[in-house]
Amino acid sequence: MHELGIANSVLEAVQTEAARHPGAVVRKVAVTVGELAGVDPDALAFSFEALTTGTEWQHLVLEIQTGPRVQRCSACGLNFRVIDYQFACPECGASQTESAGGDELELAYLEMEEP
Amino acid sequence: MNRVPLEKKVLSENDRIAGELRERFREHGILCLNLISSPGAGKTLLLERTLESFAPGTRVAVLTGDIQTDNDARRLARAGFPVQQITTGGACHLDARMIERALAEWRLEDLDLLLIENVGNLVCPASYDLGEAAKIVVLSVTEGEDKPLKYPSIFFKSAVLVLNKIDLLPYVPFRIQEARENARRVHPEMEIIEVSCITGEGLDVWRQWLEARQEAARAELREAPAVSS
Repeated sequence: MHELGIANSVLEAVQTEAARHPGAVVRKVAVTVGELAGVDPDALAFSFEALTTGTEWQHLVLEIQTGPRVQRCSACGLNFRVIDYQFACPECGASQTESAGGDELELAYLEMEEP
Repeated sequence: MNRVPLEKKVLSENDRIAGELRERFREHGILCLNLISSPGAGKTLLLERTLESFAPGTRVAVLTGDIQTDNDARRLARAGFPVQQITTGGACHLDARMIERALAEWRLEDLDLLLIENVGNLVCPASYDLGEAAKIVVLSVTEGEDKPLKYPSIFFKSAVLVLNKIDLLPYVPFRIQEARENARRVHPEMEIIEVSCITGEGLDVWRQWLEARQEAARAELREAPAVSS
């Protein structure tokens, strides 16, 4: 259960960014959680709610986007989504492919109302 | 409504410290490895056997993480090399700041190899970079062969899978070939080393892997020598 620590890092990042926009009201923060990030979206949403309830951030909406697992084909260069651990290139059939995404844990954007 | 793109890592503070640690390890030619497994898979015994195999004076040290107790540090210290226990007091993983703090006790000039034993947990440690050169995941044959599919993150991020307790294979229903296939489904390039820390089988392969990685760390230092230190 490390999602609470992650929720706290998200909130800290929002606070840091909000401080750069005096008077603005942050409405939403979007986070991208890759399929391989090892972070449970439900636990993250729960932790975030627990952390913000009763504080000035309680109306801040957390949007969690899922980052798909992507491989890049070493032969033809195609980026494709991995479904059910199928790593071979669906285009040219090459078995040699390399990881090109899916382990990210990133802050995507904030939505704020500027004064 | 104004949308402000952030495109920043959530754990950027941890990653920043881990990046600094990685650079310090590189400058000193230290190979740092982060060992991760579920509780009871045999990380501590693997480390004990590894330490016992080193000649006295080998420049190796161990950081071992647990939620409570310093039992592991006491076990590991018997080999005579520097060991420090990191007691997380509840946290389910080590983070880069804990490593940075613990390292303040040691001179990096005195080390070639730093082994980190993470808190027993296949989930949370996967998210925290400690500045290591590689993560090593340990899976024992008393667990399920589907663990790589259930916990893909850690198997994906680890360079090596150490399949431990193979001396027990005749007594447990573990299908080792299936475990290997599952690991490769999640991480096709994963290196797999089968060992028994009781009989010693396979430990030579593990030691050779360590040797090769240490040599690579030394070669990197020769090619791009540290500016400071």
